[in-house]
Amino acid sequence: MTTVSMTVNGKEVSADVEDRTLLVDFIRENLKLTGTHVGCDTSQCGACVVHVDGKAVKACTMLANQATGSNVVTIEGLANGGDLHPVQAAFHEHHGLQCGFCTPGMIMTAVDMIERAKANGLKLDEATIRSELEGNICRCTGYHNIVRAIEAAAEQTA
Amino acid sequence: MGVEGIGARVLRKEDQRFITGKGRYTDDFNRPGQLFAVFVRSPHAHALIKSVDISEAKGCEGVAAIYTGEDVAEDGLGGLPCGFAPGGGPQNAPPRPALLKDKVRFVGDMIAVVIAESVALARDAAGKVNVEYDVLPSNTDTGKAMDADTPQLHEEAPNNVVMHWEIGEADPVEAAFAKADHVTSLDIINNRKVPNAMEPRAANAEYDAAADSFTLYTTSQNPHITRLLLAAYVLGISEGKLRVISPDVGGGFGSKIPFYPEEAVVTWACRKVERPVKWTSDRTEAFLSDTHGRDHVTKAELAMDKDGKFLAMRVDTKASLGAYLSTFGMLSSTYLYGTVLSGPYDIPAIHCKVSGVFTNTCPIDAERGAGRPEATYLIERLVETAARETGIGVVEIRKRNFIREFPYQTAVVLQYDIGDYDTTLELALEKADYAGFEARKKKSAANGKLRGVGFSTYIEACGLAPSNIAGAIGAGIGLYESAEIRFNPTGSVSVLTGAQTQGQGHETAFAQVVASKLGIEVDKVDIIHGDTGTVQWGHGTYGSRSLAVGGSAISAACDKVIEKAKKVAAHMMEADAADISFENGEFSVSGTDKTKTIGEVILTAMVPHDYPLTDMEPGLDQRSFYDPANFTYPAGTHICEVEVDPDTGVTEVVRFTAVDDFGNVVNPMIVEGQVHGGVTHGVGQALFEKALYDEDGQMVNASYMDYIIPHADNVPSFDVGYTNTPCTHNPLGVKGCGEAGAIAAPPAVINAITDAIGVRDLDMPATPQKVWDTIQANGTAKAAQ
Amino acid sequence: MYETKYHRASSADEAVKLADSADDGQFIAGGQTLIPTMKQRLASPSDLVDIRNIDAMKGVNVEGNKVTIGATTTHAEVADAPQLQAVCQGISDLAGHIGDPAVRHMGTIGGSVANNDPAADYPAALLALGAEITTNNRTIAADDFFVGMFETALEDGELITSVSFTVPDKSAYSKFPNPASRYAMAGVFVAKGGDGVRVAVTGAGSDGVFRHSGMEEALDANWSADAVAEADVDEAMMLSDIHGNAAYRANLVKVMAKRAVAAAG
Repeated sequence: MTTVSMTVNGKEVSADVEDRTLLVDFIRENLKLTGTHVGCDTSQCGACVVHVDGKAVKACTMLANQATGSNVVTIEGLANGGDLHPVQAAFHEHHGLQCGFCTPGMIMTAVDMIERAKANGLKLDEATIRSELEGNICRCTGYHNIVRAIEAAAEQTA
Repeated sequence: MGVEGIGARVLRKEDQRFITGKGRYTDDFNRPGQLFAVFVRSPHAHALIKSVDISEAKGCEGVAAIYTGEDVAEDGLGGLPCGFAPGGGPQNAPPRPALLKDKVRFVGDMIAVVIAESVALARDAAGKVNVEYDVLPSNTDTGKAMDADTPQLHEEAPNNVVMHWEIGEADPVEAAFAKADHVTSLDIINNRKVPNAMEPRAANAEYDAAADSFTLYTTSQNPHITRLLLAAYVLGISEGKLRVISPDVGGGFGSKIPFYPEEAVVTWACRKVERPVKWTSDRTEAFLSDTHGRDHVTKAELAMDKDGKFLAMRVDTKASLGAYLSTFGMLSSTYLYGTVLSGPYDIPAIHCKVSGVFTNTCPIDAERGAGRPEATYLIERLVETAARETGIGVVEIRKRNFIREFPYQTAVVLQYDIGDYDTTLELALEKADYAGFEARKKKSAANGKLRGVGFSTYIEACGLAPSNIAGAIGAGIGLYESAEIRFNPTGSVSVLTGAQTQGQGHETAFAQVVASKLGIEVDKVDIIHGDTGTVQWGHGTYGSRSLAVGGSAISAACDKVIEKAKKVAAHMMEADAADISFENGEFSVSGTDKTKTIGEVILTAMVPHDYPLTDMEPGLDQRSFYDPANFTYPAGTHICEVEVDPDTGVTEVVRFTAVDDFGNVVNPMIVEGQVHGGVTHGVGQALFEKALYDEDGQMVNASYMDYIIPHADNVPSFDVGYTNTPCTHNPLGVKGCGEAGAIAAPPAVINAITDAIGVRDLDMPATPQKVWDTIQANGTAKAAQ
Repeated sequence: MYETKYHRASSADEAVKLADSADDGQFIAGGQTLIPTMKQRLASPSDLVDIRNIDAMKGVNVEGNKVTIGATTTHAEVADAPQLQAVCQGISDLAGHIGDPAVRHMGTIGGSVANNDPAADYPAALLALGAEITTNNRTIAADDFFVGMFETALEDGELITSVSFTVPDKSAYSKFPNPASRYAMAGVFVAKGGDGVRVAVTGAGSDGVFRHSGMEEALDANWSADAVAEADVDEAMMLSDIHGNAAYRANLVKVMAKRAVAAAG
């Protein structure tokens, strides 16, 4: 057992966990933040994507211990009070979700994608968005409206 | 949000919780004191269990209990029942205990459950359960299942045959083939597909000793059916003693219809350990044990006269049912398959034979489309191949054979109520710029790519189902749907539906139906579903039935509300009920300017201070059970254009046009989303997906490392359009849209690839290696021509 | 995952000491391969020594014609380093297409090289660039480092601290991704430098990454995509699995080599 401590959605949190505890399990089981999901065992579906120190990572492929001292943001920490993040709003407006299970990871990936594109001065065209979504699987939407949502959010925050 | 009723693009009410991480899926629920279950699964496809030694595992840290097949047998736990048996009874339906004690029949079959303080500890201990096997030869090949030298799975099923089933008349078909001018014949394998809902299955059961009752949270598309099967058949308790809750469900695609052994075991075990027991599947477990779909081996033949008019169709199918009969396993290869073989075509004679067989594979059940994709694939491959062989042309051959007079009685039982296949075809040709295809093909060729175009003009039978027909064909349940409308005094309304959403947007679309019918704002309508403790008996969601059957039930309940409300309004306005009309949420007395809003009427009915209490009960709540008169028949034309890279065999879907006739559309945004998703399932089946079992019966692609699932860069943006011939027999005129894409797309994609590379036969999935091999075998020169 | 003991090191020396003192210690940098392997219970190190936070092992440095990349530099950092893009676009492109964006934020060049997965991308680049791998106690030429599938010249407890190479005149990487995992099914890195042309192939070989001398000779004589087409790719050396048999992989090696040469210009 080790004490892990980090900042999650702006709050200092800490808990004693087995060293093998994954970040996603720490978030779901210890912090009861169940918006971060687990959809596969092989780091491919992206349902577990959170931001660690400002970067999108797969919380199922990181130990809670590795995140000690880090600043973690989950889907629950994205909205500013009652105001949705523009990417959340775009997913709603463009029907970029159906069952909602992949959605938190998709949104966290999209936010990261848009922020990186902005920082690098890149335009997110359809082909780039589809390529950037390589690590996120959706079985409901056929991706069409997810791409529309990200295009719109990127446009809006440009 | 105003009164945005049927036809409006209303943004989804359910989105708020999903986009903020507040959705509540089964695994998100944690019960006080809960333990965690991990199952010990067979690593062998076929083996006798010689011994199960749990002594070491029992001593592991955190272990509360370990149960085996012996314990299940000792407690007299019932086996998992089969809910559908075509032709009045399965010829050969062997028992399926929840945990096995004598023999295992597929990799993933369950032998024991370890229940411990955490998943990790349960898994640690599960690794120490020592099972000794006597490994038997196995078979995963559907085509070989009935061969004399193939290993037998069940004593009760000689030659691995579950059933021989047929539909249509054989004699007229033979006669038609005898006089045909042209016969097109194809040997077709419909690849075994894994549904892959993104939310893995989960179940969390607890027992309340004081009330002697169970609560099961589970990932189900039909919680009432799960309750029926688990309570009445497995636990042997009254259904009232079991509450089944399916909260938010993260996709189903058929895999969450069946009742599963894991659900039975955690519910049975939670009483024994006197603590809640939770199980959550991991993805590899899901690949091994979530029911699979398809897996047909078929010979299909189409007979035509010299003008290309279809005379008859003959189909002979071997359908795998896996190692056991899943809840509705036999439906997808019988009545949801043989009955739609006429497609949108006038085919005077059809005969279809199906042999359902056991193989050492995961059980088969419904997978998005369930039977109709298998039928549509062979019809549309036959039709397109016939068009190419005869030179009639892929558009012309369809026009020569479309059904144009309705109702149309097919040769395979079903009677289509309405459709207009020419209009969907014409609109699709226009939207797809079919006229410009040759120019695009030349452009592709200049870039070293082979371009092809493929069609699929499909029909499907949806809106399951008239209960009398369901009963006649072997279902163990009715297939009506229920709705209850409950009013609150301030004018808001709760609608309890027996349908269950896994992402289809019921909370919005159903609210729109109520908004249209009653003139109540969408945001004042709460849709409640998925809890047998709250919602009246219902049948759940599958077979594109929710709106056509569940929505119709809501509509019918609204009609009852209006009927009574008119009487209340008549009292309020001192008029005769016969003179009251109702429109847009307002009651008026004909010939006067007197009006009352629905809100005023609700308040009066619920606070009946001035109310004809001697004539009428207070309140406006109503309930309806809607049983459809017929199936619905969505239809459409999908056109796929692909570019094949001859150097690598990679196929890219570069253009996809879908024009569908779903009847009336309640929310076009949601319907388009269903088409996008359905088509992507179809593209997945055509290009990528197949459960692969090796010679030893191991599933060798049981993770996303090896099972190819469509990613964002595997599909294009889709061009979607509609035509509309409203369904004639339900009050909303709707037909259903959830499965259309998965049904229509596979043949369109394969027809496009065979066109691009100039071959006749190509089985799904058309992986890069397979396409490259095919090009090598047939010569790139030919392909490039 | 079996239980393990986690340690965080703040220097390479400390990391090596921590690993040495463990029963079965293992370094973890990004963990993008190690953690999934441990989750499947295919690896069970008694101790994990986290080297991700050792600042001295991080960063891309270009001095003159020499490039040095710290072992814990992530794929994203390699891909986005402008000073590297300016001198060796091939390796920048390669890094930018490993895994997915989230994996690139965690996965490191040192981890990838040390693991030598037969379908990993970096080994092809390092072999083709004639790179040197520096560890806590020596420097190893790439030609000597990659021994075979998942096998390297690293001793137990030896820690990669950086990799370095001389800037090539031209370089490019072309990958045919496995349609499921997106790992390389055939990835070819071509580099043309002072010592001639080097061509390294990953994903396709039955014994991991390898150099293709036939293509190197052909390209030395004639730097063009057509020259590669004439080279012979031995099917007997190719992997065969559910995604592609040896003949198909041999074809992919040629096609990817042609495309890499064309991309290198």
